[in-house]
Order: sequence, then structure tokens, then C-alpha cells
Amino acid sequence: MKSIKAMICTSALAMAASVGAAHADKLTFYCSAQEDWCQLMARSFEDATGIDVNMTRKSSGETFAQVKAEASNPKGDVWWGGTGDPHLQAAEEGLTEEYMSPMREQLHAWAISQAESAGNRTIGIYSGALGYGYNTELLASNNLPEPSCWNDLLKPEFKGHVQMANPNSSGTAYTTLASMVQLFGEDEGFEFMKGLHANINQYTKSGSAPIKAAGRGENTIGIVFMHDAVKQAVSGFPVKVVAPCEGTGYEIGSMSIIAGARNMDEAKKFYDWALTPEAQNLALQVNAFQVPSNVNAQTSDKAPDMSTIKLIDYDFAKYGSSDERKRLLKKWDDEVSTLPQ
Amino acid sequence: MRVQASKKSAHPVLIFWLIAGWAGFVLLPWYGIEDGFFQFEWLLEGYPFEQDYAPAAFLIANGEKLWLAPLIVPLIAPLAILGRPKTDHLYAVTLVLAGGFGFAYLIAQGFGIGLRGYTFAWLSTLLGDLGDRQFGMGYGALLVASAFLFLFTQGIAAKGAVNGDVFVVGAIGGVVVIVTTFVFFPIAKMLTAAFITEDGGYSVAVFLSKFFDDRLWGLGCFGDGRCGAAWNSLFLAILVGIITTALGLVFALVVTRSGFRYKRALRALTVLPIITPPFVIGLALILLFGLSGSVTVFVADQFGIQPTRWLYGLPGILIAQTLAFTPIAFLVLIGVVEGVSPSMEEAAQTLRANKWQTFRTVSLPLMRPGLANAFLLGFIESMADFGNPLVLGGNFDVLSTEIFFAIVGAQYDQGRAAVLAIVLLFFTLSAFYAQRAWLGKKSYTTVSGKGDSGVHPMMPRRLSVPVLSMAAIWGTFTAVVYGMIIYGSFVELWGVRNTLTMKHYVTAFSVRLTESGIRWTGAAWDSFWTTIQIAAAAAPLTAIVGLVTAYLLTRQSFAGKDSFEFGTMLSFAIPGTVIGVSYILAFNVPPIEITGTGIILVVSFIFRNMPVGVRAGIASMSQIDKSLDESSLTLGANSWQTFRKIILPLLRPAILAALVYSFVRAMTAISAVIFLVSAEYDMATSYIIGRVENNDYGLAIAYSTTLIIVMLAAVGMMQILVGRTEIGRRMTQSRTNV
Repeated sequence: MKSIKAMICTSALAMAASVGAAHADKLTFYCSAQEDWCQLMARSFEDATGIDVNMTRKSSGETFAQVKAEASNPKGDVWWGGTGDPHLQAAEEGLTEEYMSPMREQLHAWAISQAESAGNRTIGIYSGALGYGYNTELLASNNLPEPSCWNDLLKPEFKGHVQMANPNSSGTAYTTLASMVQLFGEDEGFEFMKGLHANINQYTKSGSAPIKAAGRGENTIGIVFMHDAVKQAVSGFPVKVVAPCEGTGYEIGSMSIIAGARNMDEAKKFYDWALTPEAQNLALQVNAFQVPSNVNAQTSDKAPDMSTIKLIDYDFAKYGSSDERKRLLKKWDDEVSTLPQ
Repeated sequence: MRVQASKKSAHPVLIFWLIAGWAGFVLLPWYGIEDGFFQFEWLLEGYPFEQDYAPAAFLIANGEKLWLAPLIVPLIAPLAILGRPKTDHLYAVTLVLAGGFGFAYLIAQGFGIGLRGYTFAWLSTLLGDLGDRQFGMGYGALLVASAFLFLFTQGIAAKGAVNGDVFVVGAIGGVVVIVTTFVFFPIAKMLTAAFITEDGGYSVAVFLSKFFDDRLWGLGCFGDGRCGAAWNSLFLAILVGIITTALGLVFALVVTRSGFRYKRALRALTVLPIITPPFVIGLALILLFGLSGSVTVFVADQFGIQPTRWLYGLPGILIAQTLAFTPIAFLVLIGVVEGVSPSMEEAAQTLRANKWQTFRTVSLPLMRPGLANAFLLGFIESMADFGNPLVLGGNFDVLSTEIFFAIVGAQYDQGRAAVLAIVLLFFTLSAFYAQRAWLGKKSYTTVSGKGDSGVHPMMPRRLSVPVLSMAAIWGTFTAVVYGMIIYGSFVELWGVRNTLTMKHYVTAFSVRLTESGIRWTGAAWDSFWTTIQIAAAAAPLTAIVGLVTAYLLTRQSFAGKDSFEFGTMLSFAIPGTVIGVSYILAFNVPPIEITGTGIILVVSFIFRNMPVGVRAGIASMSQIDKSLDESSLTLGANSWQTFRKIILPLLRPAILAALVYSFVRAMTAISAVIFLVSAEYDMATSYIIGRVENNDYGLAIAYSTTLIIVMLAAVGMMQILVGRTEIGRRMTQSRTNV
């Protein structure tokens, strides 16, 4: 037994000497976008660079949880996709690495400002505006008026027809809450949330669930990011997308490098690659209708045209910070979620 | 032979473990290999001098990780007594001391020194900053730890424990250590997590504030608000327990006490919950009864009723869980209903009781333990269920899903997850304890083996009419739901475009033939093969651990056997979400660092399913006459030889049952898995959940259907194999009984 082991060892050593450090390049890739987009990104990066990609898809909240849990022993290298807040929070807690990509000059201003608000520990890769979508068939069969503003959703006839995610469990819903606070002011914003609460039939756990339920006809109106609603419409569900008339908030899908990544060089390669127009054009293949951050990347004609939507000046630094977030969520928990429906 | 063995000076078992210990120390990499347990690239990358791959001996020789050096002493000490006989006092003492010290020191250094030097602040203050760190244990450490453990148990055996039986003492030690490591340690770790404050300290106040949270214990639902998740879970579990027990009894009565013809088909029902992926029933219910479900739309059109979302919340979960768990109650009750001795019932009838009186005053009371058992099983299953509440929960929060969202949600609160898990664990353990305390002691046995040739009377008419109609209604409902599942996998876009298509199967399982062989191009293949691999790896290990435990419990007596039994059966009552949370907390940091690997999945399956292996083993082992073991021992075999050559061959059906059961369970588990999957090791169920989240019901259902068929094949194969071996066993037994 021992001699065999010794033989293996010596021959192994000899081989190691001859081959040299034949270390296969690899990358552990945490992805928080939709599954097929994640797959496509991983495979395309492999094709482009020959680096082996090991991909995990989890929602941005889950990934943040994982990165935080693994902080003392990082397993992931790069984290791509998902709403920006968890990325900002990770940056705030020092879980992600500072990096200045050479691709920065090709990006939209909002993508850079996202990076600057986080000390360059994250960067914008796409953006999407908040809105809602409704199931046209259900709306018609219930003889409901077509809504076009946020305040339309407060009408009593929509009671039991509106769905949004729970801000405690979903980044999308937290963006909704923060947007209302910024759009109407804090007091008015909470009045809006209270009025909305009366019409809500369910607070879902996941951010895009309301519009998916609307697509399947299990719900009438879902408050979500517009690109999610567009996707349901494109998939053949009877969904109409609404950009609310008062204006709306938006998210910036982000990308960060995990602090202390085991494959730091590969992570940076991915980072730079993901900001190229070629990588960002991949989104269209998988019906992802967000607006890409590279100015030269293509946008879909089905995507909501950002220039026609009234966007608020969303303060990511303030509303992405964990203190403000905790305060708003607690206030929502105490003042809104406990109200009778 | 026994006498001889104790005189022989060099004991093969001792020598084996000594070699193993030294090999682990000198030859194998001490720390875990980052690439994975089964990756051997390290052989080519600088082993044995490269620090990441070096064995402990090389590390110490280089002046690194010097805290490992004291391990040499307990490795050397046993060499000194190699020449001594087993009966020598020094032999036993040396082994106990060396093994015990080595094992304890190994564990102490593993917990004391972690990724950031000393893990405990008081160690740093006492010894100063370490300036070094260590990763999780690898092959070397694992082997050395096992060597110490078994040196220790050999010492104990030499001292005369369990008649000096090396195999039995070793087996007990092994089971105790792995159960402690993979059941008690993570649970304990989770309990402490409930007390951790935001800045890393410990505080009871934090626990209390999370424990007395309104979202947990609120009673708003008696007014116009909502109740806490704990009450919801409890209420739901009690309802599910009652309803499944009642329905299970109905089916059991139909099978045993009616002229119903298709009893075999009813029995086949019992397989369904085991092979159904967890959320499929929920999906089928949505497609049938949701706001735009087929039935809802039909009823709304016919009667002009306004469709509602009544399904989401308590009603939906209740229906789904009743569908899923009634067969389990049926399985429990059929044995009990059959077990009621016909002669008792005949006696009652001879005494002029009519059929209804007989049933009410004789048969029903005798079924009481079975009813209680079925209720508690339903209760535990409902508490632990994760898939159905996830899909159908609506605003009805239950503990199992709340735990999940406390961890994955935007608020990310491990402490809250731990508190919720503790509450859930409290409920399930209470039920588990009640079951054991109450049912374990009473005897309701009426079948005595003597002159019990009577036939069960038919049900009284006033019972048979409602029972048969309920069975018919529920049976039809189950059939419709499962029919919908199959139909749903062939529909393009349910409710929107109802054209039949193979599209979903093609997307999931397409295969392309190329020059270089078959290419698995379907989206589902990756997770499918991983699932098969993990399940196949977990199954034999589960069976081994289960059967060895069962052997110890039925065939050996030793101190602390009761708590040993309780410990090994405990994991049955631990819900999957709790296992998932506690495994992440316990195994993401050294000394055992296995999150993100396939090993953690295998391990979680072993300990989730072990109780079933134990039960199967106990059941069949108590059927094997003890005189068989005794004659083998009298003829000079030791207990290992007896176990291997006498008991194991007779246990083939039990082994097969344990194998298939754990294989199938590993394929359908979701609650623990969803926390433990990683990029490389994605399981079928978590992939399906992803598709469901993505509104891709067609693909999810097609994949689930495929899984059902695969598992049906596995169960069917087991039936065939077990059927054969059982005949063989009966012959052996009847021969030995003569």
C-alpha cells in the first residue's frame, strides 16, 4: 500500500515538473438574473475566454445572504445581476472589491453614478423602471377601468385586484416603497402605501411573482418592474404594461466582485467582458428587456422606452443604505402591514 | 477462535487503524482540497510540499501549523503495546488514553483555530495573536480522526465493555460520532445563532425580542388582522392531521372490510406521496381551482359566480397537504385495521352486539394507537412541508416558508430564521415525543398467532355507505389531480394556449447525437444527472448507517441504549428547512467545511432518511430468530462475521427497501436542499422551483412527470426484487424454526 502510494507520488511529482503549473482557469459566478440569461452569460463567457465558469443562480437577496455568510471564506468570485440595493449594501459592508474597469467610458451616466455611490465596489449593468402590468382579460371581465397612474390603483373598485411583493422579502417591493417615499414625500408616500394596502390581495415573497400571477390569470394587476411585465406580454400572456403618469422609480441592475475572490484575475476579466456591447446584447436572446448600460449595446423595440418615462431622481446612496432601509421597512411593518384589509 | 484471537499478539484491526492513522498524518493532504473531495489535481500541483496540499507531517517539518505537533504522541503511543496481549491492562489503558486524547485534541484544535486565527477571544488574550489560520479538514485529518476514534473504542472493548466485542463497540462509537457531528452539532449551532446580536455578541434579549415577535405569535386573525406564523402552522397541522387520519381510516376500511374490487389499485396509492415532487400537487391545484383555473372558469360560466382567489391561503394548503399525506395515514392504518383480531369481533357478535355496536365498541377502540400514530405523522409532515405553502400560501404564513424567507429575503436575518426553526422544532419534537411516550408503552396487540383464522366482518351499513362514497370522491379527486399533472406537461401554455405539444419535454430532455457521442442538450440534464448521482451515493450509505444502528438496537445491549435510540431517530422529527439552515450555519466554516459541495447534500440525505433505514432494519431483524446469531457465535464466529454472514443476507429485503426509499426521497426532497444546492450541484427539485418562479409551469410539470416515472420504475424494481428474496427468506426461517 505504502509503496504504491509512494510510486504514485513520485510519478505525480515528475508529471508536475514536466507539465508545470497547469492550472485550469476557472470562475465561480453568482448570478441573480433570470436562469436562462445566467446560463447564456456563463456559456458565452466560456466561449469567449476559455475560462471554466461555475454558475449559481439565486435571487439578489439570497446571493447577498450567501456572500455575507461566506465572508470569512469567500467561495464566489463575481456577482452579476439583480437589483442594485443588495450590491450597494454589500459594498457598504465591505463584502465586495473595489475595481475600476477600462470599459467605464462606454457606459451610461447612471451606471457610473451607481459605481461612484458605492466607492467603485459595484457598477450598473442594466436599468429598469418600476411600473405595473395588468391582465387585460380579467380587467375586462370584471368591468374595471384601465389604470394609468399610481393613484388609479387606490380606487375602491380595484379592491382585491392588486398584488405586490412584500418589501421585507423582495428588493422590487422595497424599490416601490422607496420610490413612493421619494415621489410623494414620506408622509404622502406612506398614505399611498396604506391606501394601496386596502386593495392588495396578496403580498408575494418574490418580486416578479405579481405579474407572473397576472399573466396566468391568477391576479389582475401586479406592481413590478416594467421589463418583467413586458416579458410576460411577449411570452403570449394577455398583459398590458403601464408606466405610471406621476413618474416612477427605477433599479440599476449591478455587478460586483467578491472581496477576497479566489480567482481575482478571472473575475476582473468577466467584469470587463460583461460591460462590452457584445455581452450586453445577449440579453435580447433571452427576452430580457432591461436597458443595457453600455451606450453601444442594442435595446429591444419591445422594451419600454426610457426617454418617454418620467423618472424620479432616485437617491440610491440614501435609500440603499441599510439604516434607511431598516427604518422604512419597520415603519411599513408597523403602520401599513398591520392595517385591516 | 475467540480464545486464540485474544492470545495472538498482533491484532489485525489495531494494525489496520494504526496504519490508517499514520497514513492520514504522513501521506494525505491534511486540509480540505478546494477543488472538491473527489478531485485529484492536487497530486500534480506540488504535493506534498505545497502548503495547501501538504500532509500534517510535512507541515510540521516546515515549521508550520505547529499546533498539530502534539498529535504525534497519541500516534506513537499505541506502537508500544503492539506486542502485548489484549488482556493486558496496559493495552487497554494505552489505547483509551491515546485514542481519547488524540480525538479530543483534534476536535479542540479544529474549533479553536479557524480562518482568522483563534476562534475564541479568550484564546487570543491568553495566548496572544496566533498569526496563522487553518481551513477545513481534509482527507488526512478525517482519516486520523477515525483512527483515533477506533483506537479508543478498541481500548474500551479491551477493558471489557459489551463482552469485549471490538466490532460492536466500534460500531456504537462510529454511529454516536457521526450522529453527533451531523445532527446534534448543527442543531446546537443553530440554537446559538438565535442569540447572536448584530455586532456578533450574544444576548438573551435578542432572542426574546425575536421570539415574542407579533409575526410569530400574533392573534390578529380573531379580529380583522392576521395570525402569527406559529399559530397558523399549528392550526394547519392539526387540521391536516385530523383530516388525513379520517380519510386514511376510510380507505383502510374499504380495503379490509368491504367488497371493493380494486383493492390493489388503492394500495398503489400509498406510493404516490413518496414519488411526487413536493410542489406538483400545488401547481395542479392552481391550474384547476385558481382564479383562472379550468374548474373555476367552468363553474363561473355555468352558474354566473364571480371567481375568487379562495384557493390561496389556508384552503389551498389544506387541500394540497391532504392529497399528499392521506396515503401516509392509509399506510399506517391499514396495518392496524388488519391487525384487529377477528376473533374479538366475532366474540362481540356472538354476544349479540350488532355490527355497528361491534365496530364502535370493539374494533374502533383497538385501532386507537394507529389513529394516534397516523395523526401525529400527518401533523409532523404538515409542519415540515415546504413546497405546498410556497406555491399556495397566499397571505397565510407558515413557519417552514417563513424560515426560508428570513434567510433569503432582503432582510436576511439568520437569527430570526434560527428562532423560527426552534419554534418549528419544538412543535415537531413534541409530537414525536408524544408519539413515543404514549404509544411506545401500551400494548394493543390482538394477533397472538394462535387460532386466529377468523375473517373480518364487513362494515355495518350505516358506516359503509358514507365510507364508500367518501373513498370514491377522494379517490376520483386524486386521480383527476394526477391526470392533470400528466396532461399539463403536454399543454403549450395552460389556460392560454391549450394545444398539445412535446415542447416542454424537448426543452428539458433533448439529446443530440454528434460525432463525439451523445450530447445532452436539454436544459434539465445537468440537474437530473446530479440528482441521480447524489441520490445514488446517499442511498447505500443511508442503508449501511441505518442497518448497523438497527443491529445495535435489536441485538446488543449497552449502557445508554435508550438515549442512543432517541438520538438516531430524532432526525425524523427535524423539518428539512431546519436541517438546511443549521447545516449552512455549521458547515460553512472549519473544521468541517462542506457547503457548496456535493458531500453536504449526500450527508443531509443520509441523516434525513436514516430513521427509515433504522426502522426497516429493526422490523426485519426482529423477525430473524436470535438463536441464529447465538449458534454462529457459539461456533466461534465473532460478531462482525455473524453480522456479515448471517444477518446481512437475511436482511436483503430490508436493505433494498432502505436503498430505494432513500434514493427516492433524495430525488424529491426540497426543503433542506434549497439551502444547500450550489452551481455545480443543482438538484432537480430546486431547478423545478426555479422554473415555477419563472412562470414556466409547462417545463416544471414535464420535469416532475419525468421524475415521477423514474421513481415509479425504481419502486417497481424494488417490488420485484423484494418479492423474490422474501420467498427465500421465509424458507430459511421456517427451516431454522423447526
